[in-house]
Amino acid sequence: MNTLLTLHPPLRVAITGGTSGLGLALVEALHARGAAVAFVARNGATVADVARRFPGSHGIVGDVARKDDTHRIALQVNAHLGGLDLLVNNASSLGPVPLRPLADTACEDLEAALATNLIGPFRLTKALLGALAASARDGRGAVVVNIGSDAAVTPYAGWGAYGASKAALSHLGRIWDEELRVHGVRTIVVDPGDMDTPLHALAVPDADPSTLKRPRDAALELIAAIEAAWPTRFGLWRGHPDTDLPAVERAVGNGAVT
Amino acid sequence: MKAATKPVQRPVDARLLAIDADGELRDLPRARLAELFEPGDVLIANDAATLPASLAGVHEPSAAPIEVRLAGRPSLDATDVDRFTAIVFGGGDHRTPTEHRADPPPMRPGDGLRIGPLTATVRRTFAQRRHIEVGFNVPPDAVWSGIAAHGRPIQYAHIVEPLALWDVWTAVAARPVAFEPPSAGFVLDWALLDALRRRGVGFQTLTHAAGLSSTGDPALDALLPFDEAYELPAATVAAIAAAHADRHRVVALGTTVARALEHAASRPGPLRAGPALATQRLGPDSLLRVVDAIVSGTHEAGTSHYELLRAFADDAVLARADRLLEQRGYRTHEFGDSVWIERAADRLQPRSNLNTATLASRFGQRRTTAPFWMPNESRMRKPSRRASTSKSA
Repeated sequence: MNTLLTLHPPLRVAITGGTSGLGLALVEALHARGAAVAFVARNGATVADVARRFPGSHGIVGDVARKDDTHRIALQVNAHLGGLDLLVNNASSLGPVPLRPLADTACEDLEAALATNLIGPFRLTKALLGALAASARDGRGAVVVNIGSDAAVTPYAGWGAYGASKAALSHLGRIWDEELRVHGVRTIVVDPGDMDTPLHALAVPDADPSTLKRPRDAALELIAAIEAAWPTRFGLWRGHPDTDLPAVERAVGNGAVT
Repeated sequence: MKAATKPVQRPVDARLLAIDADGELRDLPRARLAELFEPGDVLIANDAATLPASLAGVHEPSAAPIEVRLAGRPSLDATDVDRFTAIVFGGGDHRTPTEHRADPPPMRPGDGLRIGPLTATVRRTFAQRRHIEVGFNVPPDAVWSGIAAHGRPIQYAHIVEPLALWDVWTAVAARPVAFEPPSAGFVLDWALLDALRRRGVGFQTLTHAAGLSSTGDPALDALLPFDEAYELPAATVAAIAAAHADRHRVVALGTTVARALEHAASRPGPLRAGPALATQRLGPDSLLRVVDAIVSGTHEAGTSHYELLRAFADDAVLARADRLLEQRGYRTHEFGDSVWIERAADRLQPRSNLNTATLASRFGQRRTTAPFWMPNESRMRKPSRRASTSKSA
């Protein structure tokens, strides 16, 4: 967190799905490190509880899957934080529960998974891109994190809606990165591994929690991956097309940046 | 000109009327905007996102329905939301032209207002009945969530269908501090930013709380624009200094950018980054210290936006431009066509890092730049440059 902690004003971060699992752990870890944190979740009472737990954080009630919520969320993120350096598209939908074969998956269930896992992050990234790019132009750098999954790479039976939507999100992130790195905005896709979270419990109700990664550990790994990808030291580009950003090494392994 | 009635930010047939420093006019597809820039120029946009600043509510003492249009606040600070300047109408909505809207009930300081999930208080009233200062009686986070949940974008009768926030946010919209969209920025998309970059043109932003363009009350309209808070990033100040040092041009995307930059430049000393409040109005007698050219929507004579354009070009040139806009069927208002206006050659300011490149040079002639040590009069007598390509007027 060396680079991120040297930002002044402090790192401004928005996290979707910030009231449980990895999102909540990220809110806690980044808040503890002095970042200005805004988080989004659907349930107003839970949002208020988490905001009280982390004084100075900003809770935003909204559903990333809903088009009408996107700009309202972006408005509040930018209003509360005065700009944005880091967006974590963490909110995820497992699709139909219990898990089922694709042949038994309703079209509507696949659409709902795509709305939360693919279209929602796309819309919110677009709505917040102006703020992220402004941060990059001002020399702070900016990063978008899309939370991926090994189910986006390996075709696990029963994980069709989730796996397909996460695979699409991962590829979307790679294309964002190709297009936006020249503007100083990086996009990384991080697979946090199997964690002891409500989402995992829905997917695999009989899993032994002791075999699963704690969300707090996954959050720390994720922060390290963000730090590794942070576009530091790129010169403020002032109209010279031959000035490009240095390539950023991508971490490999668990907490992998793909 | 006819009103653009569809909320499409970049219609494929959008037009651009370019007026160069010698008053020559060219009618172009707006898709060719990037060609008007030279390598080294810098385009500066307003990255303010637009608030849903139209708030339907009730005036509690009279129980009368009202529409409150937030119009200004003292700074861009997220927590500085205790007092907003506002314009208030009686019942009705945007489909009635503002000049025909009902006045609000008489209001006094202390009157309570119910605005969706928010409660507010009239803090101050002014000579014009529609003009008040309003404060919300909740903490800042609740003000923002209340406006986000309940507000609608301010809109006017020429657009019938209700606007959504995505209709009024530019591609670079960031902090939600504008009360009406900085609509010149609707020309921007990321493909244009890439095209400018490939051309070697810089792109920077400032954040300016664009206020209302019309209140429907002639006495109030005469006061527009109200004071508008803005913030100038350090990177933008650096890019302006670099462009001018190399005698390249600073191009303002929209009247709000021109107002902010010229306000910042009117203060003693060099241009400084940071927050400020633009209080001045630009018009035919204004010195332009920073902005070399402006890209704007088309505006009708008599509006404050048109007055600002008179700082760039002579009335005779603007009158010719108006006739051409009319002849060619240009569309006006926020989703309309655009103009590019270079500061007239005879309005060059005594700036040490002067640049006099014009549109004519852009279209095939060698660029002529007066050395910065030449006295102002010499520059004013420089030979007129004429493009070899055909002109539209």
